[in-house]
Amino acid sequence: MSDVFLVGNGAGFSGDRVDAPIPVVRTLIQRGLPAALFFEVLGERTVALAQLERRANPEAGYEPMLERLLAPVLADCFHHRIPILGNFGAANPPAAARCIARLALRLGLPNLRIAVVAGDDVMGSIALDQLPVHEADGSIDISSARLIAANAYIGAEPLVAALKAGADVVVAGRTSDPALAIAPLVAHFGWSLDDWQKLAVGAAAGHLLECGSQVTGGVFWDPGRKDIPDPANIGFPIAEVTRDGGLIITKAADTGGLVDLRTIKEQLLYELHDPAHYITPDVVLDISGCHIEQVGKDRVAIHGLKGEPAPESLKVTASFEGSWLGEGEVSVAGPNALARAKATADVLLQRLKLRGLPVRARVDLIGVASVHDSDDGALWRAYEGPEPPDIRIRLAAEGATRDDVDQAAREVLALLCCGTAGTGGARWRVTPRILTRSYLVLRDRVPTSITSRTAQEIAA
Amino acid sequence: MSDLVELPLYDLAHSRAGDKGNRANLSLIPYKPELYPILAEQVTEARVLALFAHRGATRCRRYDLPLLHAFNFVVDDVLEGGVNASLNLDGHGKTQSFRLLAMTVQVPRHLVP
Repeated sequence: MSDVFLVGNGAGFSGDRVDAPIPVVRTLIQRGLPAALFFEVLGERTVALAQLERRANPEAGYEPMLERLLAPVLADCFHHRIPILGNFGAANPPAAARCIARLALRLGLPNLRIAVVAGDDVMGSIALDQLPVHEADGSIDISSARLIAANAYIGAEPLVAALKAGADVVVAGRTSDPALAIAPLVAHFGWSLDDWQKLAVGAAAGHLLECGSQVTGGVFWDPGRKDIPDPANIGFPIAEVTRDGGLIITKAADTGGLVDLRTIKEQLLYELHDPAHYITPDVVLDISGCHIEQVGKDRVAIHGLKGEPAPESLKVTASFEGSWLGEGEVSVAGPNALARAKATADVLLQRLKLRGLPVRARVDLIGVASVHDSDDGALWRAYEGPEPPDIRIRLAAEGATRDDVDQAAREVLALLCCGTAGTGGARWRVTPRILTRSYLVLRDRVPTSITSRTAQEIAA
Repeated sequence: MSDLVELPLYDLAHSRAGDKGNRANLSLIPYKPELYPILAEQVTEARVLALFAHRGATRCRRYDLPLLHAFNFVVDDVLEGGVNASLNLDGHGKTQSFRLLAMTVQVPRHLVP
């Protein structure tokens, strides 16, 4: 067992349970093996939203729950030499590092070493219009759209350098999710960055862990069908990796949730397209020949992973200011609710037409059909089943200006007096939208660097 | 072979949905390995595409994973523009796994879990 390294996950997205890292770190310490902990908090658009925060406040733009996530575990990790890695720097890694430094000083850890990884932010440094487009939201007019953020998905290499330089915490912005798990393995075992077999194991560990509880029972549990113990206290995952590339997924001790063949399969295929080509900046992972085995309670081994050479190019995701989204909701309930809801929906759409508002709109009847429906309401219009006791009517409208969609959403508010009998509970809001487009860029055009300083030095 | 029962996939398999842009992926994982060939025969790309026709889906590709006893369906243009453009409450399409699980198939009675 001496040649085993543990990788724990403390968050799977921005908004995850903030107390999740505590039992993970407790377990890593109890196991007494070399270990690392990582936090994955960046969705596709998160950096752009963070960049908007940073524009409003130069000290913002990093993971807003950073301090809450780290405060209970930072001292334990430091004292037990468990490095922490995270893309919680988002659009402002230096400010995230300052936040961690302040926390460290409060906890009496002036020598905590914090490394900041730079280079993912390519806004201004790379001319996007020269690059091949990888994927795009259909409606972007690139000549007039206002760019918010452009970030390359960087791989494990700078993270490894930071760990080798003695970092206790590695603060990154946009990295590939699996890189956060690959890096501590490479740093510990000394794997070569072209040992595709080993990197494939690291990438699989990262892929299985990157969404936190999704591999230990989260978005898996289905009461009466796929039950899990204590869903209010799902334990977050831990990967056990051996030097020769063995991989077992388990979870924090004394927690809820479970790890079995079913949870592993669901997460293995999550957000995957061709199972033979899962592209990361560090390796192309092939799970098409993989098989899995339950080797103990809450322990599943993954066999037969294959790796192919890393791609020449990195993915850059650019985010642009988009249109506006207005949403409004009201409720009806009790006798004749279905007829009242359908009539309300039709009247809302009629009102938008009458007023000539230049918006694209949709109505949902929540409780009849909504998330499975289409913009034209094909499912709720066809619905003639038993009458639901309680229906929420939702209008969504998209348009080029804030005022247009605000006026559309306020048509829902007006139903409080003009609507059907027994209409109530109005809410409405207007939010800006972001459009994204991804490009491919040769990796040598995305140089990375690290800055490693102690908490005391950063705070000074 | 005459003793077939028609059941929703929900009684035979589980599923999770993920997104990338305007494309969704849906896993389909039978509870029993013996169900794998039956689902392979009946849950075709065409049927899954038809399930999402009302949302404008244009293409469905199925990847088979016989060692895992699982399938991965990749459905193009099913997310009404994706999370950045959709008017749907669930722009990520996470709830679509349960639309797939409502599809029915015919299975021999002895294989019903």
